[in-house]
Amino acid sequence: MPDATGLELIARDLREREPERAVDTLYFRDRATLQLEPGGLLGALGHLRERGFSFLASLHGVDYFPEEPRLGVIYELLDMDSVDRLTVKVRVATDEPEVASVVELFPTADFQEREVYDMFGVVFEGHPNLRRILMPDDYEGYPQRRDFPIGGEPVLFTHNENSVPRWFA
Amino acid sequence: MSSVSDYRRMEESITMAPLERPQAPDAVGQRAEQELLTLNMGPHHPATHGVLRLLVTLEGEVVRDLEPIVGYLHTGIEKTCEDKAYWKVIPVIERMDYLAYYFNAMAFCGAVETLLDVEVPPRAQYLRVIHMELNRIMSHLVWLGTSALDLGAISMFWYCFRERESILDLFEMSSGQRMHTRYFQVGGVIEDIPAGFEARVRAFCDAMPERVSQYEAILDRNEIVLQRLRHIGVVDEATLLGLGVTGPLLRATGNPWDLRKATPYCSYDHFDFKIPVGTVGDNYDRFRVRMAEMRESTKIILQALDGLPEGPYITSDRKVALPPRHELATSMEALIHHFKLVTEGMRVPPGEIYNPIEGPRGELGCFVRSDGSSKPARVHMREPSFVHMQALAEMVRDAYIADLIATLAVLDPIIGGVDR
Repeated sequence: MPDATGLELIARDLREREPERAVDTLYFRDRATLQLEPGGLLGALGHLRERGFSFLASLHGVDYFPEEPRLGVIYELLDMDSVDRLTVKVRVATDEPEVASVVELFPTADFQEREVYDMFGVVFEGHPNLRRILMPDDYEGYPQRRDFPIGGEPVLFTHNENSVPRWFA
Repeated sequence: MSSVSDYRRMEESITMAPLERPQAPDAVGQRAEQELLTLNMGPHHPATHGVLRLLVTLEGEVVRDLEPIVGYLHTGIEKTCEDKAYWKVIPVIERMDYLAYYFNAMAFCGAVETLLDVEVPPRAQYLRVIHMELNRIMSHLVWLGTSALDLGAISMFWYCFRERESILDLFEMSSGQRMHTRYFQVGGVIEDIPAGFEARVRAFCDAMPERVSQYEAILDRNEIVLQRLRHIGVVDEATLLGLGVTGPLLRATGNPWDLRKATPYCSYDHFDFKIPVGTVGDNYDRFRVRMAEMRESTKIILQALDGLPEGPYITSDRKVALPPRHELATSMEALIHHFKLVTEGMRVPPGEIYNPIEGPRGELGCFVRSDGSSKPARVHMREPSFVHMQALAEMVRDAYIADLIATLAVLDPIIGGVDR
C-alpha cells in the first residue's frame, strides 16, 4: 500500500498533469483511494498504469443512494513489482451515467464493465460489446441499485405462463 | 531381385499430389472446409462444469472464436447480502463459489474485520489457515477428478472423491457441516476444534502426499493425458496479466505471484511453503502446478498444527462476537450483548474496503461498503472464475474443439462463482 505521503505524491502528479481536474485523496484503514472526475479517468489510469499499477484487480460499481452523485465505479489497481494497491474511484449521476471504458488499457475490464452496466446502468463509452451479462438481455431495470425493489420477481410456472408480464409478448 | 525393385517402383510412384492440390473454391470464394460453423455448447452440457453456454465459431474442427455466455446461475447473492445483518451474510456468501466456501467467508470476514478494526486472535488465524488449506486441497481434488473425467479417465474421479470425502468428514467434525460450514465468523471462528480433530488432520496430511504421487503415477505417464495436455492452451504471461488472470493459471507461466507470499494475511508469513510455478503455461503446467500446490498445502497444515497457539478462538470484543454461553446465566451485560447481536447484529463504521486473498482459483477479493448501519450497503466479490472466463477464448483460439473441453476443464471455472 502506498502510505498517506505516497498517496499525496501520486495525487500531486495527477494534479500537475491536468490542473483543471479535481483529485481527492482518502486514506482509510491503511488503504489509499483516489477520487477522480469522470472526465479525467482515462488519462489518470493511463498514467498510473505507466507508473507500475499495471494490473487491474477488480472493477465494481456502488450505489451511494441517497447521496449524490449516486453511482460510483471503483478500480482496484495493483502494482505487482512493488506490491502496492491503489483504489481509484469515480462518481456519476444516474441521469448522466457515462464513464469512459478502460478495456483498451486493461482487457480484463470487459466482463466487469458489462457487469456494472448490467447491475447499475453505468454506460461505459467505448466498450466494444456493452450488453447485459448476468441478467437476461431483455431485462428492464438495474437490480443492484439501492432503490430497486426486493422481491416480486414472478416465477414462471405452466399455470401462470400466460399471465406473467413480458411473456409471449 | 527384380520383384524388390518392382515393389520399390510401385512405392515411389505413389505421391501426395492429390492431397496437396488445393480444392477449387466454391461460388462464394471459400473452400468447403473453410466454411465457418457457429455451434452452441451448453448451457446444459456435462463438460461445461455447470450451466455455462459457449458460442463457438468452428472452421471444420478448429475453434476460430468463442464467446462465453454466462448468467444462467445468477441468484443475486450480492443483492441478498445488502438485506442481511453482517453475520447473516456469511452463509449466503459462502454459496457463491461452492467449492471455496472457507475462502469466500475469509474474504468477507477479513473485510468486515478491517472496517471494524478488530484484532483476530492468533489461534483463530491458525485455525482459519488449517481449514482454508484443507479447502484448497478439496477444491483441487474436485478439479482433478472432473478434469480427468473430461479427458475420459473415469477412475481418477473415484480416487479424488475418496480423498475429498475424508476432507469433508474433517469439516463435519469441526463445524457440523460438510459444505458451507459457516465456521469463520467476524473476529475469529465459531468454535474451537474438537478433541481428536488434530490427530485426524495429521493422519490425512501424512497420507495425502503419497496419494498425490499415486494420482501422478496414473496420469503423468499416461500417453493420452500427456497428448491432451501438453502444448495445449498456451497463453503468454503478459496477455494473462492484461486479462486479470491470477492463481495457478498465472503461476503456470512462471510468474510466482501468490498473495499468501506477496501480502501475507492471516499469519501466512509464519509458515514455510513454496510457490510452485510452471514454465510455458500450457495445460500440462497448470495440471502440475495444482498437483504441487496440494503437497504444499499439506505442509502448511502440518506446520499450523505444530504451532497452533493456545488462547481464545474468537475476539473478546463483545460488540462483535457472541459472549460464551455460560456467561448468559450470570451476567446481565452478556445477555444484553447477546440480544443486541442476535436481533440487530453489529454496527460497522462507515467506509469501503477491498480485501483480496488467494483463493484456490486466484485472487478472491471482497469489497464491502458500510454506511454505519448493521447491514452492508454493498458487497461485491471479485471472483477469479468470472474474470478467468475471458481468457478462455485466448486459450482455445485455433485449437481443436476437443482441446476446448480439456482447456475449459483445466481452467477450473465454478459457475456458481461466475454468476453469483
